[in-house]
Amino acid sequence: MDLASTPEEEEFRARLTEWLAGVLPALPPRPDPLDWPGRRAYDTGWQRRLYDAGYAQVHWDASPARRLIFLEETERAGAPYVGANFVGLLHAGPTIAAEGTAGQRDRWLEPVLRGDEVWCQGFSEPDAGSDLASLRTRAVRDGDAYVVTGAKIWTSHAEIADWCELLVRTDPDAPPHRGISWLAMPMDAPGITVRPLRTLAGSAEFAQLFLDGVRVPVANRVGAENDGWRVTMVTLSYERGTAFVGEVVACRRTLAEVARESRKNGSWDDPVLRRRLGALHAEFTALWRLIQWNVSEAGATGVPGVGGSVFKLRYSHARQDLYEAAAAVLGPDALDLDRPWSLDRLSSLSYTIAAGTSQIQRNIVAERILGLPKEPR
Amino acid sequence: MHFQLTSEQRDLRDSIRTLLARRFGREALWAAVGGGGLDRELWRALGAAGFFALRLPEEAGGVGLGLPEAVLVFEEAGRALLPGPLVATHLAAGYVGGAAEGETVVTAPDGGLVEWLAAADVVRGEVTGAEPIRSVDPLTPLHRVARGSADGGFEAALLTAAEQLGSAGRSTATAVQHARERIQFGRPIGAFQAVKHLCAGMLVRTEVARVAVYAAAVTGDPVEIAGAKLLADEAAVECARDCLQVHGGMGFTWEAEVHLHLKRAWLRRERWLPTARALELQAAALAEAP
Repeated sequence: MDLASTPEEEEFRARLTEWLAGVLPALPPRPDPLDWPGRRAYDTGWQRRLYDAGYAQVHWDASPARRLIFLEETERAGAPYVGANFVGLLHAGPTIAAEGTAGQRDRWLEPVLRGDEVWCQGFSEPDAGSDLASLRTRAVRDGDAYVVTGAKIWTSHAEIADWCELLVRTDPDAPPHRGISWLAMPMDAPGITVRPLRTLAGSAEFAQLFLDGVRVPVANRVGAENDGWRVTMVTLSYERGTAFVGEVVACRRTLAEVARESRKNGSWDDPVLRRRLGALHAEFTALWRLIQWNVSEAGATGVPGVGGSVFKLRYSHARQDLYEAAAAVLGPDALDLDRPWSLDRLSSLSYTIAAGTSQIQRNIVAERILGLPKEPR
Repeated sequence: MHFQLTSEQRDLRDSIRTLLARRFGREALWAAVGGGGLDRELWRALGAAGFFALRLPEEAGGVGLGLPEAVLVFEEAGRALLPGPLVATHLAAGYVGGAAEGETVVTAPDGGLVEWLAAADVVRGEVTGAEPIRSVDPLTPLHRVARGSADGGFEAALLTAAEQLGSAGRSTATAVQHARERIQFGRPIGAFQAVKHLCAGMLVRTEVARVAVYAAAVTGDPVEIAGAKLLADEAAVECARDCLQVHGGMGFTWEAEVHLHLKRAWLRRERWLPTARALELQAAALAEAP
């Protein structure tokens, strides 16, 4: 068991922090959260800077330890988050890299790395969220294209995306898991309607997609026809495994800020509140260690394991606890949306739902790690 | 950075697990519950296996290993519910003659309690006026002593946390096995979400405690040790309670092993950085953060 960095890792960290110190002051101001074109320009501009400096690929092909250092140091320096590039960099990209043909990798990977193209995720449907395998959006072969009809929901960045990683049913007669395919759908194709959805935090973070006879070339299918479920599991293991690493660093910083505020406003003298913040300190320290453990393990096996579900379960609740504690520190001020942490408190409510609800994650842990029998259906 | 067990560490863990399975199986456990006192022969066997001398330098007749290895063997002790003042004797190796070899049994007071006072050969600390109490844990005789014993024992806290971790792991495994085998309503109860989710929660608690304990052993940092103690205490107590729940009525009987884990977990939680102290240490660390 070792937590010390190698000399190469330390050299990587030193070069990165020096580069960040040079580039961050020159960044344009952050756009308004409701300005989607502005957000796209900002996020892809940052991605282009990473590309030019040789850091764009760090999520895909560097050592897992280097990826941790990258996420740790960029967060610590206050660098932009992946933002609009989230799906391209952390879902679709790794999936195409692992499962795509040489031609598909050439076509799609470079533009993601350069920040030229943005992806969104078309997995969930109005009637198939947690029960993803029951999705009904149909794709029917017509010559060299699939004709896609159906609806998708909770699609982040749909308004500004160039591509959508789309799950469709290509064999309606097969068992639910067997008849699904993974397609790359161009978002400018005729027949796509994007309807923004307003979240409880007040912003339009995601959208509903209506697909009416959209033609997607058969060449855009990643993996074999009807083998999309397996391809999707590759994607989801990335999502649960490492996609939240930077956020844990950010939570640790926020916790220190909350403690500072608590000492300033006197609530620190309340031992119940003080110890509640202390418990969160132990919690986020352990979550960071859990990431290091999972990443070290993935380094040995190559693919993030089901340990990602253990992390996701614990982290999503810890994040909510953090902002509840922040609200307790703020008192009535927590009701003011202009105060720090008020919007974070609202957005954290999605964490136990998005990317597989806590209930679904518990099923995964119980069935795939502990080997308990499947639920009666 | 490679935060995984090395093959040597795995071997060490497996050899202690094998030793304990052979020398302290179910029969020995229940004999101990029946009031057998401290098994000196077992204590010497532990000494011969290096349990107490693990961290003594080789020149001093020890094994020359570190805290991470000590944590792994204490985790196994916790899993097996091994009785005796293990932490105090381990920490006395090199200071008290015979402790390293398992010839001398050493105990120490902390948190207003001292365990195995009558059975111990040596007491490190002040225990005048110690009063026996009827211990909640049938495997640990206790005396109440005046408070005021030093609480600087971070190594003791970490080794205790490691025992808690082993106990949590055992409770989780026991619950999962029962959930697979116990049939109700025509199927194993582990197929029902209500039971399945209890078990998943147990695993999550145990795994989070595990990385906290292992990392604290690697860094040796007092704040991280206090955090690990908090999480391991919580995992041991809550996993034993959930294990009892999964067992239903059977879990409430004396014959089920579950209550032994719960009672020992309660006891360990009061010793070497109890919850309130550990939480205050975390808060103090936050207050000092830049």
